Amino acid sequence: MPSKAAVSRLSTLGRWRLAEILFWLAAAASVPLLTEHHLVLTEIAIIALFAVSLDLILGYAGIASLGHTAFFGAGAYAAGLFAIHVTNDPLLGLVAGAAAAAVLGFATSFLVLRGADLTRLMVTLGVALVLGEIANKAGKITGGADGLQGVFMAPILGRFEFDLFGHVGYVYSLVVFFVLFVVARRIVVSPFGLSLLAIRDNPLRARAIGIPVNTRLTAIYTISAAIAGVAGALLAQTAQFVSIDVLAFHRSADALLMLVIGGTGYLYGGIVGAVAFKVLQEILSVWTPQYWTFWIGAILVAIVLIGRQRIGNGVMGIWARLLGKGGAA
Amino acid sequence: MTILFDGIAYGMVLFVLACGLSVTLGLMNFVNLAHGAFAMAGGYATAILMNRWGWPFVATLPLAFLVPALIGVLLERTLYRRLYDASHLDQVLFTIGLVFMAVAGTDYLMGSRPQLIRLPEWLSGRFEFLGMQIGRYRLFIVVVCGVLTVALQLVLNRTRFGSRLRAAVDDPRVARGLGIPVERVFMITFAAGSGLAGLGGALGAELLGLDPLFPLKFMIYFLIVVTVGGTTGLTGPFVASLILGIADVAGKYFVPDLGAFIIYTVMIVVLVFRPRGLFVRS
Repeated sequence: MPSKAAVSRLSTLGRWRLAEILFWLAAAASVPLLTEHHLVLTEIAIIALFAVSLDLILGYAGIASLGHTAFFGAGAYAAGLFAIHVTNDPLLGLVAGAAAAAVLGFATSFLVLRGADLTRLMVTLGVALVLGEIANKAGKITGGADGLQGVFMAPILGRFEFDLFGHVGYVYSLVVFFVLFVVARRIVVSPFGLSLLAIRDNPLRARAIGIPVNTRLTAIYTISAAIAGVAGALLAQTAQFVSIDVLAFHRSADALLMLVIGGTGYLYGGIVGAVAFKVLQEILSVWTPQYWTFWIGAILVAIVLIGRQRIGNGVMGIWARLLGKGGAA
Repeated sequence: MTILFDGIAYGMVLFVLACGLSVTLGLMNFVNLAHGAFAMAGGYATAILMNRWGWPFVATLPLAFLVPALIGVLLERTLYRRLYDASHLDQVLFTIGLVFMAVAGTDYLMGSRPQLIRLPEWLSGRFEFLGMQIGRYRLFIVVVCGVLTVALQLVLNRTRFGSRLRAAVDDPRVARGLGIPVERVFMITFAAGSGLAGLGGALGAELLGLDPLFPLKFMIYFLIVVTVGGTTGLTGPFVASLILGIADVAGKYFVPDLGAFIIYTVMIVVLVFRPRGLFVRS
């Protein structure tokens, strides 16, 4: 029997705070207010969703992954192929992307759970590399290095057609992002989410108090993979194209960087990081089109040297203050 | 047979490239994904000296060792040593950052085109030996890397420095208590490992190619060597690099469609069944 205190603690955790509501209102306000930036905002929504999915395993379950883009890419290719060969209904495509990524996540979770820290990093990296190699070599199915072309989507729910300026695409991505974010948020404030934290902090003790560690980790790994798959599927559908780049190593590294910038273990870190990352990328690539990765690297080095935790706390502080002043996110 | 020989030469280069990493990662437990950047520095040192200043190939090799070794000392003193105790994730993030910087920086300084290294007359071409086609350059590599391997084994197992290093790795606190200058031992090891990587980069430039993306392209190969080879010293990584070299060359020759697929799969399988590598200290 869960004690009354525990239940009330969980429900306090689960309550939506004013800052969060203001944040999502601000996000909704970007639809009518920032119409000329919808293409970039779509990208941000997608990579933010991807970063949130990584946060579920890294920040909550403590599984460091160097190959999370395997699921992003699997979702993207699955959605693209589904649209070409089965039906081009967007929502069914998302389900296909999520399902493909979830199956892959479930299958590889057993590999990932076998080893400790370092082995996990290698295995996740290896899985992503194998997938990248498959996508590259199976040119007949995936288009190989040229990417998957000819992904045409039907109107969403049969009514809203994707337009050239990405307005519909943005609203669509934002809504999907919001729905999945609510799901992820619900998961982490559930007893299941708390047990993940216990596993992260001390797997041995978690096992001793009766938490089925491996089952829980498999579950969250699969969920996280499915969400990453949806992010990939969104990219495939809004860009109407799947580039082999969705499986590239730098995508996994970028997602880690976003979490490092925004902080891990509170879900909003992925969003803050995604926004910061995209803004940085835009500024840097205008400034030095070819060499912006140098500065991205420099930022990573600097962040680690200063200390992730300290920066994370700083960001959270600033962010809380910003939201307190009216939600200019 | 020629394939076997090419595979051995390839594996030898991989070993020289990766043995530094097998010490930092395998023994010192520091995840250095930027190891390939040091190899690239060595390769570029050779390429610049040969193509711009007309040095002969062999004369550039000592510098291909020294330049990355000096960079290694510099970075170890200023940055790396702060992270010896950090979590693996921090080390990974930090060294990925270094890789990104190295890739973009090299691109900026040297251009993105692959660097060509013209081998001297006496190293190019092939000759026949017992019915085998043997490339002169491949033979040269096998000899040089073979000598290096033996020398490394001797240094690690027979010299005072080697035993100090092993002691420092096994238990830094006790080693320090016994008066072993642990920090200096680590620094020298790190520098030597980086230098060897550079030498491998220079020797392998002809086989592996050399362009700014080198650290990313070969990162996984080094990691395979180390993780599959385990941490028993240098024998494990040596065997692992030979297997990897032969498997890769043979795979690309017989089933080119599969590409690098085979070696990645082998790595995953090995890691799943032997999470600590094929050769584990008992």
